[in-house]
Amino acid sequence: MTWDNHFVVMVFPYLMQGLLVTILATLFSFALAVCLGLVIAILEKVTRGPIYFLVTGCAHFIRGTPLLVQLFFLYYLLPYLNITLPAFACGIVGFGVHYATYLSNVYKSGIDALPVLQWEASQSCNFSSFQTWRYIILPQAIRPVVPVMGNYFIALIKETPLLSSISVMDMMGEANLFGDMHYRYLEPITMVGVLFLTLGLVARGSVGIVKKVIAVYHGKENYPSHQRAFHESPELDPTENLIS
Amino acid sequence: MTENIVLDLFCSVLHGLEITVALTVLGSVLAFICAFVFGLGRIARWRLIRIISVFYIEVFRGTSVFVQVFWLYYALPAFGILLSPFLSGILGLGLNVGAYGAEVVRSAIQATGKDQYESCCALNFTRYQTFRYIVLPQAFPRMLPVFGNNMVELMKATSIVSLISLSDITFQAQQFRIRTGQTFLPFAVTLLVYFLLYLGILFFVQSVTRLTKPKSVKV
Repeated sequence: MTWDNHFVVMVFPYLMQGLLVTILATLFSFALAVCLGLVIAILEKVTRGPIYFLVTGCAHFIRGTPLLVQLFFLYYLLPYLNITLPAFACGIVGFGVHYATYLSNVYKSGIDALPVLQWEASQSCNFSSFQTWRYIILPQAIRPVVPVMGNYFIALIKETPLLSSISVMDMMGEANLFGDMHYRYLEPITMVGVLFLTLGLVARGSVGIVKKVIAVYHGKENYPSHQRAFHESPELDPTENLIS
Repeated sequence: MTENIVLDLFCSVLHGLEITVALTVLGSVLAFICAFVFGLGRIARWRLIRIISVFYIEVFRGTSVFVQVFWLYYALPAFGILLSPFLSGILGLGLNVGAYGAEVVRSAIQATGKDQYESCCALNFTRYQTFRYIVLPQAFPRMLPVFGNNMVELMKATSIVSLISLSDITFQAQQFRIRTGQTFLPFAVTLLVYFLLYLGILFFVQSVTRLTKPKSVKV
């Protein structure tokens, strides 16, 4: 029993359906993660005392436990709280919250990289707390960390097959179903792998374009040295924990 | 009755913990070896070795760990290679995280300054001596924090093996849920156990970092 192109042709339409689900899930959960991550980062920065410990503790807990178990937790437990979400929405919430805790770290590293001067200057200009964040801190803090966020986007794509474990028919789900029906796993799963490679390449390309756009519009060379560090040797960036 | 359930859960989790810890430790060892072999292979002098390493790194970083574990378990039998779930788990996790580690090794070594190599050249060190006594001691502490993150990532990824019928903590929690109809208890306990493992790994990495910290030299 070796490679059989017949099965490749048979499974292809199913995989394309799954591909759509995978892409949609990635985009939605990343959008959720970007928004929620910013909220968590700001909360961790502005709160003090018990609320601070609660927020950081929760973020650590979510970061330190497997996404699969969190998905199971949401999927099987929410109905008991009278919240019945479709599996797809459930998956997006799970992914979004999990990646928000990663991204909050990225945002925080951007905020920490700003010199104290910026805070002092906005204070002496009599900016309110909101104005300081909105006009001084966030525009400067987010721009240099966008490439790092792109890496998380790529990592997120590669985690989406977990959705198939809560019965969402993404690429992996379709491949498994096809395998169960025809008892051929080699072709479907190999094709899923190849499709993920392609998706990864496309995502990496688009992240590269975003990086270039940012560099062109805002002059990478004009960054103060503390921000330039993010552009060099991303693998060693300690803020970029856990992934590529 | 409730006591029985708690006892039952405790035993299940303990059984699962054994598998999870074994997978994490063995997977990390494999990942560590792969990281060094292919990380150094990527900057080797021979072109063939470089090509092989790049191929390995791109394939395993490009596809998801989920797909890799499933491929090893479901697709390899088509070539007549039957792996046990445990072995496919170790191989899948180790090779995947090893590919990420290889990039870390490469960038940590390439981050060593050019002046270091020039000084070695001036001191007439061989290539091996340069690497062993100058480059590695400086590069290794640089890799450690990222290795720690990768190890956490591997530990979290072990939950995937529950889907290829290996009875780790997640699998035991699922079984417990099906057996007793309890939902909150097994998953909450599972999350808590994983969190404790996470803290354990953080502690381990911190101790290793402290051990390998370069000692200050009097000039």
